[in-house]
Amino acid sequence: MPPRGRASRKGHRMSAVAAAGPADAGVPGGTPSDLVLEARDLTLRFGGVTSLDGVSLRQRRGEILAVIGPNGAGKTSLFNCFTGAYRPQQGSVTFWRTSRRPARIVGRSPHAITHLGIARTFQNIRLFPALSALENVQIGTEVRQRYGSLSAVLGLPGARRQERAGVSRAFELLDLVGLSRRAHDLASSLSHGEQRRLEIARALGTGPRLLLLDEPAAGTNPAEKRALEALIRRIAGGGVSVLLIEHDMRLVMSVATTVVVLNFGRVIAHGTPAQVQRDPAVVEAYLGVETGVDAGGEVR
Amino acid sequence: MLTPARLRQLWVCLALGVLAAVVTGPGGDSAHPFRALRRSVVDPRIGIFIGLAVGLWVLLIAVARLRPLLAEVTAAARARRPVAAALGGPHATTGLNAVLLAAAIVAPLLVSTAAQQSMVNDIGIYALLALGLNVVVGYAGLLDLGYIAFFAIGAYVTAYFSSSSAMPWHAPFVINPFFVFPIALLIAALAGVILGAPTLRLRGDYLAIVTLGFGEIIQLLANNSDEVTNGSRGVFGVPHLSVDLPGIHYRWGIDPLPYYYLLLGIVVVVMIAFGRLERSRIGRAWAAIREDEIAAEATGVPTLRMKLLAFAIGASVSGFAGVLLATKQFFNPQSFSLQSSFLVVAIVIFGGMGSRLGAVTGAVVLQGLAFYLRDKVPPTDRYIYFGAVIVVMMIFRPQGLVPSRRRRREIELAGTTAGASDQLGAAPIGRTIT
Repeated sequence: MPPRGRASRKGHRMSAVAAAGPADAGVPGGTPSDLVLEARDLTLRFGGVTSLDGVSLRQRRGEILAVIGPNGAGKTSLFNCFTGAYRPQQGSVTFWRTSRRPARIVGRSPHAITHLGIARTFQNIRLFPALSALENVQIGTEVRQRYGSLSAVLGLPGARRQERAGVSRAFELLDLVGLSRRAHDLASSLSHGEQRRLEIARALGTGPRLLLLDEPAAGTNPAEKRALEALIRRIAGGGVSVLLIEHDMRLVMSVATTVVVLNFGRVIAHGTPAQVQRDPAVVEAYLGVETGVDAGGEVR
Repeated sequence: MLTPARLRQLWVCLALGVLAAVVTGPGGDSAHPFRALRRSVVDPRIGIFIGLAVGLWVLLIAVARLRPLLAEVTAAARARRPVAAALGGPHATTGLNAVLLAAAIVAPLLVSTAAQQSMVNDIGIYALLALGLNVVVGYAGLLDLGYIAFFAIGAYVTAYFSSSSAMPWHAPFVINPFFVFPIALLIAALAGVILGAPTLRLRGDYLAIVTLGFGEIIQLLANNSDEVTNGSRGVFGVPHLSVDLPGIHYRWGIDPLPYYYLLLGIVVVVMIAFGRLERSRIGRAWAAIREDEIAAEATGVPTLRMKLLAFAIGASVSGFAGVLLATKQFFNPQSFSLQSSFLVVAIVIFGGMGSRLGAVTGAVVLQGLAFYLRDKVPPTDRYIYFGAVIVVMMIFRPQGLVPSRRRRREIELAGTTAGASDQLGAAPIGRTIT
């Protein structure tokens, strides 16, 4: 983990730059201290293919921001830039763990970014299949623990205390996502919807200030979608900002405070769900004329 | 009754039987190249092997039939609490451990001195090595084929520090071999970190090749530097272990028994320590890396650092075993051959990856087999039997003799779903993360 002191010093300089820089016209946002995440001019290329082409976005603290767009628009690439899995060729990403502590994201390794306070789930669920649901969440809750191998071997009281704390926190989170009764079942034996929720619990275990959800409703049934909607609201209500990629328009329109629409690696619209719904560019490029948003189906 | 699958199984068993008949039969020579085949296959003794093959097939069917019945019995037993506690509860585990420990204490008293010697040199030391490699291969899922190099480092460090005559190159002062333990441990761990830091970024196969090269380099270095290590003539005269504390004076000598009990104690301590490690956040982090490295990294596990830690811990156990080897007996670079590295890997896989008891059992069975075959078959043939046992094992029980629960589940999942769980057989992970 990078030393905190250095990160915050660098961060102060960053915030000055961010405040002095021109705000992107029309991008909703406030003064930097309100923000939890700001991406500026992100460009990501794979060989000749440009996946992200100058994407900028801002997310305010506590906000539920949805990123939508047709397949291949660059949504997951954007997530991978935010979590360190990809390194964009241009642009910067700034994350505020607290309003006074900004940190530069690009160039950090994924685990360091998780330690800073950004957690994620994956589009095609990536759990630890042969571990129990509890152990999956425990791995998340234990990443901030400090005890080392020697104290684990010796069974020192500090290590035991932290271990117990990790377990009880994991149980709390399993309870939050409604999986406490399946704590000792293998992750791979859970249903698809349960696995999605377990992934959220594992991500929350790392103690994030910003949670990135990559298509959390994909492959879940209507009842599970309603439960997911409530869960996302609860998470945001608990002070964790949520950045969401989702194809299910009904879910997006009801849960998101702000929507950003990507197409061909560019931001083509942003605003409240109602504004985006009315935007002709969005209707043309993504939603299509016939597949109305009001129909509420999955638009792919 | 006779499904195609069963028939196929019969053919496999028969083929194994014929193969066994050929490899154990008389040899041929340049004048009679087909004599071996003729004497093995067109000979009454083939009947024995065919009988054994059919017997194996019947046994397999019987096991398949009995398994559901057995599962029912255990399920019924678990339903009734008091019985369950006796059958599978923690008391049963403690009881089993006590029985195993008692057997390990009594066993050397019942065998010849030659067997005792083998129990120390071949079983005891290799059990310790397998326990160490189990951390690397079994817990963290990294294939290390040069593991024996750290064993060599431990042995040569001992010779350097504890004797002024064993090697041409020696420390300016001589210290008791007991104090070399921590030094060797640290130096081996350091060597592990130095090797691991640049190479652990590599995945699966590449790491195996690099470690293989490292093992060879260390052996060749020891072999070719006559003025430093005595080269291929080897190292004589490292003093035996001794304790000289106020009130306690003890000296380990030529008798293998005291070494055996020392090793037993060390093995038990290491097993307990690694059990705790496995159940701690460190062990869970390793399991996470093994199952899905990208997800582990995204969950905040510092994967490179955890892999380095596994490497260093494995290396330090190997170095520790090296001290025991050096004080116990003469050694030369041949003691650290590639074959020894493979043997340790084979023990870990045979016993059951990720299982501490498996590592020890694997050492007992494989090295016990080697000892048993020593006088029965020509030394050049020994590895044929070795290979056959491992091949049969991998066909019928790929999870190993005493598999760990986690590892067994991973292997089952890998068979049913797309769960590529370990680096040894992992599908290549592309750059796309979705």
